[in-house]
Amino acid sequence: MKRVAVIGVGLTKFGELWDVSFSQLFVEAGTAAINDAGIDGSDVDALYVGNMSGGRFIDQEHISCLIADYAGLTPIPATRVEAACASGGLAVRQGVMAILSGMHEVVVVGGVEKMTDLSTERTTQTLATASDSEWEAFMGMTFPGLYAMMARRHMHEYGTTREQLAMVAVKNHENALHNPYAQFHSRITVEQVLASPLVADPLRLLDCSPITDGAACVVLASEERAKEFTDSPVYITGSGQASSTIALHSRERVSFVDATYNAGREAYARAGREPGDVQVAEVHDAFTIGEILAIEALGLVEVGAGGRATEEGETSIGGRIPVNTSGGLKAKGHPVGATGVAQVVEVVLQLRGEAGGRQVDAEVGLTHNVGGSGGTAVVHILER
Amino acid sequence: MGMMSVPRFWRNTKARYLMVGRRCRRCGQVYFPPRNLCRRCRRRGELEEVRLSGRGEVYSFTVIRTPPVGFERSAPYVMALVKLEEGPMVTAQLADVEPERVRIGMRVRSVFRKIQEDGEAGLIYYGFKFVPVDEDDVQGE
Repeated sequence: MKRVAVIGVGLTKFGELWDVSFSQLFVEAGTAAINDAGIDGSDVDALYVGNMSGGRFIDQEHISCLIADYAGLTPIPATRVEAACASGGLAVRQGVMAILSGMHEVVVVGGVEKMTDLSTERTTQTLATASDSEWEAFMGMTFPGLYAMMARRHMHEYGTTREQLAMVAVKNHENALHNPYAQFHSRITVEQVLASPLVADPLRLLDCSPITDGAACVVLASEERAKEFTDSPVYITGSGQASSTIALHSRERVSFVDATYNAGREAYARAGREPGDVQVAEVHDAFTIGEILAIEALGLVEVGAGGRATEEGETSIGGRIPVNTSGGLKAKGHPVGATGVAQVVEVVLQLRGEAGGRQVDAEVGLTHNVGGSGGTAVVHILER
Repeated sequence: MGMMSVPRFWRNTKARYLMVGRRCRRCGQVYFPPRNLCRRCRRRGELEEVRLSGRGEVYSFTVIRTPPVGFERSAPYVMALVKLEEGPMVTAQLADVEPERVRIGMRVRSVFRKIQEDGEAGLIYYGFKFVPVDEDDVQGE
C-alpha cells in the first residue's frame, strides 16, 4: 500500500488520574501531538477517536463531538471508533484509510479512556461487555477468566509453564522503569507474581494489566503533505484488521488467536514485509498469556514457543525481538480506548531514536491491538 | 454483564432451560448457543431446532476468584469451556466439584440450576450448569 506518515505523537501520563477529566486527558495528548508535528489546528482535516465505553465509564456518549469541541477543532468531521480494547488501533486504521482514500491529507487520531471513576466491580462488569454478554458474561465469566482458559489450554498443549507467564510481567515491568509515562515504575520478580492473589486460575493479579486513565494521540499525513512539516517522518507501511467470533467458545481453538494471525498476514502483505523483518513490537498483553499468544500468531516466534522465547530473553530489550519496550499494557497501563494509539506512539519513538533508556536499534516495528478475547485484532507495520 | 432484562432473558429460555440449539439441515453443523444463520452456509443454510444431550467434556477451565456484580456470593466458582458431544462448545459453571479435582477431559453432564438473582426481591435467573459424570469426581460430603 502507499505509505502514510506519522508526523506527531503525544501521550498523557498513564495511571489513576483522579484529578483529570476525560476531555482534559484527550486535549493534553492531542496538544502534545500537534506540537510535536509542528502543525496548527487549522491544518487538521479530520479527527478519529478510539474509545471503548464512555457510556458506561463516565455516562458520556457522542465522544467524537465532545472531543472536537474541547480540542477547538470544530467544524472538522469527528468520528468515534469502537471495538472494545482494540478501539484505538482501529481508529489509527481509520485515519490511515481516510488518507489513502484521498479524502483527507492531515488526520488526528486519538484514543482515550477514563476508567477509574467506577468501582472495580463496575469496571470489571464493563470490560466483560467486550465478551458475549448473553452467553459468557451472564454465565459468570469475566475477562481474566477468558484469558485464564486460554492460558490453561496453552499450558496443556505446549507445556508453557506458570513461571514463563510470570516472566512476561517481570520483563514488561522492567521496561516500564524507563518509560516516564508508565503507570508502574516498580521492578517485580517471578516469585512476587506467583505469590500475588489468584484472580482466575491460573492467572494472578500480577498477570493482569491494571485499570488506567490515559490518552494517546498521533498526527497522520499523506506522504506529500508530510514533507511540509518534517524531513524524517516514520511511515505506516502496512495495516491489517480481522474479526473472529465474539465468544471464545465458538472458536475451533483457543490456544491460538486467529484474528491476530489474519490481521498480521494482511499487514505484512501490505507492507511487503515478513515477521523476520520486525525489530521491535508492541503487542496486546492485557494478560501475560496475551503476549505469548500474540508473538506466536504474529510469527515472531514459533507456535507454542512463546513461553520459552520469553524465558530465554528473546523478547527482552537486547534480545532478538524486543516486545513491549514501553512496558506494555501490563506496566505502562491499559486505558482501553487509548492503548492501540499509545502502541503506535511507542514504536514511533523507537524508530525516531527517542525512546531514552529503553531504546532499541530498529528500523521496522509492529503494533498489535486486540478487542475482547480475540474477536477483533488490528496490526500496523511502521518503518523509518 | 450481571442482570438481564426480563424480555431479553425470556427470549432465550428454551436454550437456557432445555439446551435447545440449532442444526443446519444443509451442512449438519450444530450451533449452541443458538443462531439464526448458519456460519458456513449463510443464506443457503436452513436451521432447525435440536435438543442437545447435555453431555460433554471439559476443554478448559478457570476458577473465578474476582467475581463480577451479581456473583459475589458464589465466588470462588469454576467456569469451563464444555465441549458438547454434538460438537459445539459452551461457557458454563461447573457445580458439585472441588476446583482441585477439575481437569481437562473430565466428563460432565448438564443440570438445571440457579445462575444468578437480581437482589432479594428481583428475578431469579435459571439455566444450565455442568456436574461431573464419574462418581469419583463428584464433590464428597
